[in-house]
Amino acid sequence: MSGLATIVVALVAIGIVAWVGRFAMQKISGNAPKFRDMPFAVAFGYVLAAVLVALGVWYFFQPKANEQGIQNAGVIFFRWAVQGVLIGMVAAWIFRFLGRMVGTSGSRKLFRQMPLTASFGILVIVVYAVLAIFAGLIAPHGQETVFAQANVVPGGNPALGGNPDFPLGTDQIGRDILSRLIYGAQNTVGIAFATTLIAFFIGGTLGFLAATLQGWLDQVLSRAVDVLMAIPSLIFSLLLITVASAWVSGFGLTIAMVLIIAVIDSTRVFRLARAVGMNIVVMDYIEAAKLRGEGLGYLIFKEILPNATAPLLAEFGLRFCFVFLTISALSFLGVGIQPPLADWGTMVRDLSAFINYASFAPLAASVPLLAAGAIALLTVAVNFVVDWMLYRSSGLKE
Amino acid sequence: MSDTGELLVEMRGIHMEGRSDETWNPIIKGVDLTLNKGEVLGLIGESGAGKSTLGLAAMGFTRDGVRISQGSVMFDGIDLLAASADQKRALLGKRIAYVAQSAAASFNPAHKLIDQHSEAPVQHGVMSRTESEQDGMELYRKLRLPNPEQIGFRYPHQVSGGQLQRAMTAMAMSCRPDLIIFDEPTTALDVTTQIEVLASIRDIVEQFGTAAIYITHDLAVVAQMADRIKVLLKGDEVEEAETREMLSNPQQDYTKSLWAVREFQRPQKPAVLTDATPVISVQGVTAAYGKVDVLHDVSFDIHEGRTVAVVGESGSGKSTTARCITGLLPPRLGQIELDGQVLPLDYRKRNKDQLRQVQMIYQMADTALNPRTRIGDIIGRPVQFYGGLTGKDKRKRVEELLDQIELPAAQYFDRLPSELSGGQKQRIGIARALAAEPKFIICDEVTSALDQLVAEGILRLLARLQDDLKLSYMFITHDLATVRSIADEVVVMKDGVVVEQGPKTDMFKPPHHAYTDLLLSSVPEMDPDWLTNLLTERGVDNIGDAAVDKMT
Repeated sequence: MSGLATIVVALVAIGIVAWVGRFAMQKISGNAPKFRDMPFAVAFGYVLAAVLVALGVWYFFQPKANEQGIQNAGVIFFRWAVQGVLIGMVAAWIFRFLGRMVGTSGSRKLFRQMPLTASFGILVIVVYAVLAIFAGLIAPHGQETVFAQANVVPGGNPALGGNPDFPLGTDQIGRDILSRLIYGAQNTVGIAFATTLIAFFIGGTLGFLAATLQGWLDQVLSRAVDVLMAIPSLIFSLLLITVASAWVSGFGLTIAMVLIIAVIDSTRVFRLARAVGMNIVVMDYIEAAKLRGEGLGYLIFKEILPNATAPLLAEFGLRFCFVFLTISALSFLGVGIQPPLADWGTMVRDLSAFINYASFAPLAASVPLLAAGAIALLTVAVNFVVDWMLYRSSGLKE
Repeated sequence: MSDTGELLVEMRGIHMEGRSDETWNPIIKGVDLTLNKGEVLGLIGESGAGKSTLGLAAMGFTRDGVRISQGSVMFDGIDLLAASADQKRALLGKRIAYVAQSAAASFNPAHKLIDQHSEAPVQHGVMSRTESEQDGMELYRKLRLPNPEQIGFRYPHQVSGGQLQRAMTAMAMSCRPDLIIFDEPTTALDVTTQIEVLASIRDIVEQFGTAAIYITHDLAVVAQMADRIKVLLKGDEVEEAETREMLSNPQQDYTKSLWAVREFQRPQKPAVLTDATPVISVQGVTAAYGKVDVLHDVSFDIHEGRTVAVVGESGSGKSTTARCITGLLPPRLGQIELDGQVLPLDYRKRNKDQLRQVQMIYQMADTALNPRTRIGDIIGRPVQFYGGLTGKDKRKRVEELLDQIELPAAQYFDRLPSELSGGQKQRIGIARALAAEPKFIICDEVTSALDQLVAEGILRLLARLQDDLKLSYMFITHDLATVRSIADEVVVMKDGVVVEQGPKTDMFKPPHHAYTDLLLSSVPEMDPDWLTNLLTERGVDNIGDAAVDKMT
């Protein structure tokens, strides 16, 4: 039976089970509203989900290696993924539970209303922040220290080629990967955070100015932003950094990169700030303030800004992710954060060759995935938190 | 109106709860409601009384975050609370229909009226598409919409508010339901438009023998429409009686107080000395938005301690005149004088003292107060800005002002606007205007978003402040009852032109300008026969917008 036919038969079978199951539940529960008013699509969804979960469980308990001793990489990676998700969920649940127990009444209430995804996101961000701030104290080795043993496999099990001194192994020239990951949090996240702040300062100020003053200033700024946005941002920043590298190098180049990415990203912030500001300047309280004779600074910082914080904060989270990914991408291409500073993007690039071992040596192949995972985890966490904040500010909650 | 005595809706012991702040709070506390076939029941009460919630519950429907915790709803022998989704789907839209307050927000702007009209009959299998379209045109004719054959092929934004409201009534009628719920269908309309909609709704409900629940806060409107009236207060039923009985002989104190609202009236002040300098003098103002003139040669004076009411329907240029006076819209021709001194036309060219003298109170207190600023800062800002007071002096002055608007300072100083009721917000708006210590205040429809009892409180407050502080008001309104209670002089505007002006007593006595006469005659009265009499007296073509169209 071909693959396509199998899928069709499976779907039909699921459909039949769904219909019969719903009918049975209606009879058993005595027509409870939940089953009586359940559309067929929902019943189908429940059965499909159950089948997928069952498949997952079955695959999870497949043997790690076959009789010849060859490792079954798919199963191993799947187990890691499932274990990671489960650990994350439990940690998030505990974190939320603690948040509900301690703190002020306001923060306790916040945690009570929080979905698990948001508490997971906050937990991850807090952990990253602690790692980034105290990197020098937490990291077991320096980020630039080179050891004799290169290419140590992660896991710390000498039988498999690991070393307990380097729990996550060492890279191709013998630097401790765990330490570099921790320092990478400081460099990558810190630089991304600073870049986003600058982008918001530039974009937000100009956007609100354009919304308040309108007229020719708005036209000039908006058209200029349109021009900047018309150029693909990654290529544009590559080009500008290459140009900048003619004058500066090393740490100076990092600063140049921060400024370039901040300006390019501030165009997106400008768009949002202007749109949000436009909706606020038409309110009567702005008119009242204008008629009172208030100056521009008061209008922008006291009247408009407090009412624009919710969408701007949400955008801040998203923008942070984009900036962070841009920096990682630039580092991956070799023009971002310069060695010997540890950086996740550079780490992925340097270790990427190991991914070729994935089918027979999962442990060795996981080396580039560590840095990539660190990037992915933070991006997902920030997005969870941003989603939750958007939900709170949109008024859907009532 | 054609009561058959047959029971249609029976609600018993309805308790409803709404979720906010993690707890369920009661909204309706045990209300019974019965409605016979062909009967019209009026539900009245102030905002927050639970009238809309109860009206929706009669359809077995609750908004998100609201639940029916106790009680039963029977519709023609069907228990709506126990009915399955399929059963309800077959009823709603077909046998029960709903007309919302804002037709403009309820129509889908992407589809033509007739397509939206025929959707329900086609979905419910009552009529085919062509039959339903034919029937729609017939209904449009019965509701006296202009061009009944063509109007259905327009999009919602291409017809006026009153016409849209009638098209929505036609849509509710499309399946010939047994019950229609009207949720404040005329509240957002001008008086002259409202009267047409009222007449056509009443007419069509009567023709098809439809039962209706008519939700409103306007007693005079409900008196025209309902056979019986039920009064709600904070989720409790106050009383219920036949319309005539209720109007002539209300039993409860609350009902009596509702009836008495319209009795507030200030004595006419003596005529102004002819040589007195007016506080504000609008002289020959012509103003335009873009290239289109919207005001034509508008002139009037406002004297110290007087209230000039500017009346007219929406689009007549009342608010534009206010914008000219404040300098937001510099007029093309003419000038504005303050105490005999010509004011710069643009507010940006006025000095601080000139800005201080002219203050404004807005219609929507929700948008007029910055939602992120505390009450103390909202009022404190003009105190500091104009008076230069800071620290303790500022706080003391703000407390004085809160005192003047009858809100205890200690309790309200640190609150956010969202923690206040509508009437309290409007009072804060007044305090902010007073904080500048002005001579002249523009009140732009300040009471039209408020319940009648609350509105009366605001009017009394404004009157007292005027007497205490010798303030002058320009009072923009479309509500003639408000004019009657607070104005000294009246200016009637239509299409950007002043059609009539003079002292209040003259205005309410004939002879009038034809337009003033129409405005006055369109204000619903508490007499349940008022609409019937008016229709027999004038004929259906001489009321409302139809009559306005004839005038031009």
